[in-house]
Amino acid sequence: MKRRSPYPYWFVLPAAVVFVTLFLLPTVASFWFSLTRWDLFDAEFIGWDNYRQFFREPFLVQGLVNTLIYAFVTSGAKTVLGLLLAVLLTGGIWMQGFLRSVVFFPVLVSTIGVGITFAALMHPTKGVINLGLGLVGLHGPAWLSDPALALYSVALIDIWKGVGLATLIYIAGLAAISSEYYEASRIDGATRWQQFWRVTVPLVRPATVTVVTLSLISGLRSFDVIWATTRGGPGFSSDVLASVIYKQYQAGFYGLATAGNVILFLLITIIILPLTWWFNKREIDL
Amino acid sequence: MSLRRNMARQRNIGIVALIFASVIFILPFVYIFLMAVKTKQEAALFLFSWPQQWQFWQNLVDVVKTRNYMLLLAYFNSTVITVGAVAMLVIFGAMVGYVLQRRPSGWNRVIYGCILIGLMVPPAVVPTIWVLQGLGLFKSIYGMILIQVAYGLAFSVLLYRSFISTIPRDLDEAAIIDGATPWQVFFRVILPLLKPVTVTLIVVQSIAIFNDFTNPLYYLPGKENVTVQLTLFNFQSQFQSQFNLLFMNILLVTIPPLLVFIFFNRQIVAGMTAGAVKG
Repeated sequence: MKRRSPYPYWFVLPAAVVFVTLFLLPTVASFWFSLTRWDLFDAEFIGWDNYRQFFREPFLVQGLVNTLIYAFVTSGAKTVLGLLLAVLLTGGIWMQGFLRSVVFFPVLVSTIGVGITFAALMHPTKGVINLGLGLVGLHGPAWLSDPALALYSVALIDIWKGVGLATLIYIAGLAAISSEYYEASRIDGATRWQQFWRVTVPLVRPATVTVVTLSLISGLRSFDVIWATTRGGPGFSSDVLASVIYKQYQAGFYGLATAGNVILFLLITIIILPLTWWFNKREIDL
Repeated sequence: MSLRRNMARQRNIGIVALIFASVIFILPFVYIFLMAVKTKQEAALFLFSWPQQWQFWQNLVDVVKTRNYMLLLAYFNSTVITVGAVAMLVIFGAMVGYVLQRRPSGWNRVIYGCILIGLMVPPAVVPTIWVLQGLGLFKSIYGMILIQVAYGLAFSVLLYRSFISTIPRDLDEAAIIDGATPWQVFFRVILPLLKPVTVTLIVVQSIAIFNDFTNPLYYLPGKENVTVQLTLFNFQSQFQSQFNLLFMNILLVTIPPLLVFIFFNRQIVAGMTAGAVKG
C-alpha cells in the first residue's frame, strides 16, 4: 500500500483559491474584455478598436512613452545612487548606522504623504527648494507645473523615496563579498578606483540584478507618486500608463482601461523577461 | 600615525555625508512637523521657518474631528484590513512554502510560475472589480482583505520557502513517527519554528498594506470604507487653504511606520533584502 504523503496538496488550496480567483482569473479575463465595449454588465465585442484607439490618441501614446522614460530614469538613478551610497555607508564612516536609517526611512513612509510634501517644497514661487536656490543666486524652475519638466520632477521624488531600498539591497550584496578580494587586489597595487570597477561592481552583480529588476517593475507600474503630485498634468505631460488606466476607468471606458492594462502587462513582460534571461545567461559565463 | 589619519578621514567623510543626508533626507520630515504645528495663515506661506505660534494640540483635534471623525474610522478600517490580510498571508504563505519545499513534484513548476506572475504582472483592475462584484465583495472590507492576500502571496511564499529549507526534515519525520497528522506536524512543529521569518513578514507586509493607496482607491470606494491613505488624498482637496491640517494628517500617517522602524529595524532589513545576495 502506498503511504500518503505527510505534505498533502490541500495545504496549497486556500492560497490557490484566493490567488486564482482574484488574480489569475481577472488577468486572463482582461484579454477578452480589452476587445470589448464594456459597462461591467454587458460586453460587446469590437475587435481591436480599443487598441487602435490607444495608439491613435496622442495623449495615450504619450502616456506609453512617459511610462518608459519614467521607469528607465528612476531605475537607472536608483541603481547608480544606491550602489554609491552603499559603498559610502559600508566604508566605516562616522555615524554609519544612523545614516543608513536616514536614507532608508522614506521607503516606509506613505507615498501620498511624500507626494503632498514635495508638491509644497517644489512650489514655483513659495516652495522651499526654489527659495533655497534663490539664496545661492539660482533661479529655480517651475518643477511640477512646467509641462517639459513635470515628469522628471515626479521621477525625482520617486528616486528620493526609493533609493533607500536600492541602498539596502546593495549593502547586503557588498557584505557578501569576501574581504580577501580587496586585500589581494591591494597587494597587487590596485587603486581605490580600480578596486571599485574590477572587484566591487562585478561581484555585487546579484544585488544589481535585484535592484534593476525590482525598480524597473515598480517604475513601469508607478501610480501613487504621480497621482499625489500632478495627476498626470499639466495637460497630459506627466501621464503614465497606470494613470491613463485610472482616468479611463473613472470616465467609464472599461474596455479601453482594460486594453491599457493589457498593454502595461505586455510592456513589463517584454522588458523584464529578456532582461532576466540575459542576467541569468551572463551568470553562467562567469 | 597612518591609522589615526585614516580615522580622521573617515570621520570627515562622515560629517560631510551627515550634512548632505540631513539636508536631503531629514529636512522634508522636519518641514512636515513644522507645517503641522503652524497656524493656518502661517502654513499658507510654505516657509521653512520656526512657528511663530505653536498650535500642535488644536491642529491635531481639528484633523481628527474633520468630516465627523473620518480619520478615526479610517484608522479602524486600515487596521482591520492590515491585520486580516497579514494573518492570512502568514498561514497561507507558510503552508504553500512548506509543501513547495518539502515535496518535489511537477506541480512545483506551476507554483513557481504563479509566483513569478504574482511578482511581476500588474493586476488587471477592471476585470478584478467585475469578479469582486460577481462574488458580492466589491466595496467590502472582506473583499479588500482578500485582494491584499492575493497580491502579497507570491512574496510571502518565497520568503517562507527559503526559510523552511533551513529546517531539518528529521523534525518532521520524528513527529510523523510519533503519530502526528500532517496538520499537527505543520501547526505544532513547523509553524512555531518559523517565528523569525514570520515577524519579518508581518512587519514588511503590514507597512505595505497600511501604506497602500491604489488598491483601496479602486476596490474600496465609499465614505464608510475610507482608509488612512485615502483620507490623506481626500483632505488634499478639502484642505486647500488649511495646509497646517493637511500636514498634521501627514505627520499622523508617518508616525506608525516610524515606530515600527524603530522597534523592528532588523526584521525590516531582513525582509527587504531577502534574495538580494542569491539573486
